[in-house]
Amino acid sequence: MTRRLGFFLLLAPLVLWLGLLIIIPHIDMALVSLRARTGPGEYAPSLQNYGDFFTQPLYLMTFARTAIMSVLATLITLIIGFPISYYIAKIARGRSQASLFLLCLIPFWVSELVRTFGWIILLRETGVISNMLQWAGLADQPVEMLYNDAAMMLGLVYTSMLFMVVPLTTTLESLDDAVIEAGYDLGGNGFSVLREIVIPHAMPGIVSGCIVVFMLSLGNYLTPTMLGGKDSLWFTQLIYSQFIVRFNWELGAAFGFCLLGASSLIVWGMLRLSGQTLERTMGEGA
Amino acid sequence: MTPKSYLTCTVALLVLAAPAHADTLRLLTWGGYAPDAVIEKFEEATGHTVEVTLSNNEEMVAKLRATGGGGFDLAQPSQDRIAGPQAEFGIYKPIDMSKIDTAQITPSMLEATKANTTVDGDVYGVPHVWGTSGLIVNAAEAGSVADYTDLCNEDLMGKVTYRLKRPTLIGFAFAMGLDPFAAYGDTAAYQDILDQVEAKLVECKPVVKAYWSGGDELINLMRSGETVAAMAWDTGGWKLNTDNPDINFVAPASGALGWVDTFVLPAQGRADDAAYDWINFVMQPEIAAMITEEAGNFTASQGADEFVNDALKAQYQTSFPPEAVDNIRWYPPVPAEIERIEGETLDRVQAAS
Amino acid sequence: MTADRAPDLECRALTKRFDTMTAVRSVDFSVPAGSFFSILGPSGCGKTTIMRMIAGFLEPTSGDILIKGRSMLGVPPNRRPVNMVFQHLALFPMMNVAENIGYGLRRQGVAKAEITRRTGEVLERIQLPDIGTRKVSELSGGQRQRVAIARCMVLEPDVLLLDEPLGALDLKLREKMKIELKALQAEFDTTFVYITHDQGEALVMSDSVAVMNAGAFEQVGAARDLYYNPATAFVAGFVGEANRWTGRVTAARGSEAEVRTDAGLTLHARGTGLSQGDKVEIFVRPEAITLAHSVHAVEGDANQIAVQVTALLFNGANSRVLVRDPVSGAEIDVALPQSAAFADLDKGAQVHVGWGRDQSLCFAGTRA
Repeated sequence: MTRRLGFFLLLAPLVLWLGLLIIIPHIDMALVSLRARTGPGEYAPSLQNYGDFFTQPLYLMTFARTAIMSVLATLITLIIGFPISYYIAKIARGRSQASLFLLCLIPFWVSELVRTFGWIILLRETGVISNMLQWAGLADQPVEMLYNDAAMMLGLVYTSMLFMVVPLTTTLESLDDAVIEAGYDLGGNGFSVLREIVIPHAMPGIVSGCIVVFMLSLGNYLTPTMLGGKDSLWFTQLIYSQFIVRFNWELGAAFGFCLLGASSLIVWGMLRLSGQTLERTMGEGA
Repeated sequence: MTPKSYLTCTVALLVLAAPAHADTLRLLTWGGYAPDAVIEKFEEATGHTVEVTLSNNEEMVAKLRATGGGGFDLAQPSQDRIAGPQAEFGIYKPIDMSKIDTAQITPSMLEATKANTTVDGDVYGVPHVWGTSGLIVNAAEAGSVADYTDLCNEDLMGKVTYRLKRPTLIGFAFAMGLDPFAAYGDTAAYQDILDQVEAKLVECKPVVKAYWSGGDELINLMRSGETVAAMAWDTGGWKLNTDNPDINFVAPASGALGWVDTFVLPAQGRADDAAYDWINFVMQPEIAAMITEEAGNFTASQGADEFVNDALKAQYQTSFPPEAVDNIRWYPPVPAEIERIEGETLDRVQAAS
Repeated sequence: MTADRAPDLECRALTKRFDTMTAVRSVDFSVPAGSFFSILGPSGCGKTTIMRMIAGFLEPTSGDILIKGRSMLGVPPNRRPVNMVFQHLALFPMMNVAENIGYGLRRQGVAKAEITRRTGEVLERIQLPDIGTRKVSELSGGQRQRVAIARCMVLEPDVLLLDEPLGALDLKLREKMKIELKALQAEFDTTFVYITHDQGEALVMSDSVAVMNAGAFEQVGAARDLYYNPATAFVAGFVGEANRWTGRVTAARGSEAEVRTDAGLTLHARGTGLSQGDKVEIFVRPEAITLAHSVHAVEGDANQIAVQVTALLFNGANSRVLVRDPVSGAEIDVALPQSAAFADLDKGAQVHVGWGRDQSLCFAGTRA
């Protein structure tokens, strides 16, 4: 009996955490998403909100755009993050290894808001880069680099980099140097060793990094809002505006569940495509 | 202990742990409306303590809705955001006018606000700070801008900024010769107006550099010269004017849009007495002048103008010659349905390219 | 010299310097085709550096490496006709056994059917014909060892390098694999270059062993030579067991010398070019010492000492007796003869030990 009590006490924080902060709000949200306003302060059960999502081209288009851009941001982060992780895990030694890792971590000591403002200061028309280009004679008038998809992509990649580098570095570190050397010794060149040995070994790290970065990008609100241009619409902005600006919690909640469903679907697809399982990637990656 | 009783205990503990001092005033307001100096004086005079949370119209309503009108003892949404949300969500409680020192408040403004915030015979709002939104123009570079629609002038390509919010829709509608306020009661007519405005805003889009979303962003854009004309609040223009005399707030030809921020009591506020004390305290002319100096906007406090510094008065008079004051269009209360279709219009403008 | 008659592997004045230290200094050796060559030395002696230079992972500072008469300088590892079995084997965990073995052939662009055929063939030769589809993690230690060798041998290299591949195995399996490796080398008829710090492995398997110390070769020769005729004090001490004393020459006549050890023991040894007063090191192997109950049994020996047994170290055929010279207090390690005469030998017993002058290996001392 006392053993069971101890078990429940140990489990209590987790159950409270899951129950109070995740499950109960989600159930409430699900209920909210399944009703529609019929008059002032009056609601009736309805699937209208989900219907709106699938019939309004604007919502579907915004969603597709958000998903595609997030996938793109994930790929770019992977392409930039892989060599960095490889360098940290396999080439750098001792202190330089630690300090490189720290360098990836430092941006996260300041808030996301400050980091994003940093990019605004750099990229704006009267910003640092524009002024430097003019000073160097490479541009004869101010250059606007802010308020477009490229700036937004830059912000997304920058924000996500650490979450790609950490799992990648961890999996790459677990690859024995001798295995790479054996790859060369048996006739492989840089490309084939990368393709047949390094990447297959790093696959759990690649997938877990990609899942985290994809989720972060998909759920990012600040970066698209601040760095994106006048055409840029991010799905989280739609959710925010339904909840906060329009007071339309019903549609906002439905959007939230559509986002949850679609991102789960895409992650499942990524796992299937790479032949990984969630246990393996999350177990090894983190 | 069963899981159920365990949960009950936890909830009970959480409730007990919450502060229950009736003399703490939890104020949900805008930046500048509760300067530290004023809070100090208030706390000295009344013994209450004040906790300030800064917000904006939409977030105020969203926060109060989320808690069913709890968590705060006094809030300050604009007068057009009271009747609608009250009818829809019931997040405010009626104001007991006998506890308000109405002699301190400019009568015309008090009456207008009472009329706009009455639901089922109860009054829910008392006016506090008022101001307008209109144009901020850099006269040296965009002297020709006199009305909202001039922001679409192709000479200003990439040099214009405004918000993608409801004031923009309404401002453009007036500048296009339409009367959105008159159509508030007729959704179909209002949709028709919105469709015309939408077409104009989409056509305008190439001229816009960015849709600003925060006051600091706007000030930075104008101050750096990256934009030369904007749609914004009067105080932003006056602030910029202090640094660069070329830039000032201009009341648009079709009329500046007037707003009044009010005092309301959240439905589950626990310190009503402290809230009434605060209202009566800040409406004293000297105190109201302190708030004007901090926020940049004038208040509904009668006679407070005398205590305001000359520079602010001068900026105000430049922007508002007497005929422009008469021309101000005050926001009537927004019906919920109108806000919903406005939202869809704004989304479509943002997504258009 | 034609390529055919050239040794499979030849190193000339091979030198490797890292920032401040010289890991390998001017090493020369050649390995004839089809032989088993070992480099034996303590850890840190530079043997791994030599191996990595041959494989191509390190460039020599100076000197040359030739394989079948062709210089390997500037040739990257993937273009050298040598393959390497790594210390921990470095099988590719993401591939199954057949894919591991086929990896090198795929790199050479060999046709799929041919890869399958040759992989099957090499698996037959290592007597593991049916494990092609197994995962690497499902193999036993000995099987992995053979797969690692097969993975190299399928490429038919001129030289196979082995970097202490038995180190990770347990004792029993290591003994078995020693014999198996030798058999595999004969089976494939390829030159093996084997590095190890374990003299047992080197002596058992090799046709020729190089003993390496502090970046240089001390002696190269057959196992028997190294054991019985060590060229240096290091070889005498490193290869096989030995009693070691340091002392000074008290008298020298031709190739004979009389030495007084630091402990005060007087020994007779053979050593050329010594003169009175020289510091020397003397090595005497335990099994070279005669153990006797009576002094008559050791009468003919140049060195005779009456001693007391201080300890018996029983280890089957390798059992030892520790005895002490009561005069100098020196301890001597003596092999226990496997005869009935000593079956009841006890601690504290008075015995005699003796050995010939030739069994005292004497080297001019450098480290005394």
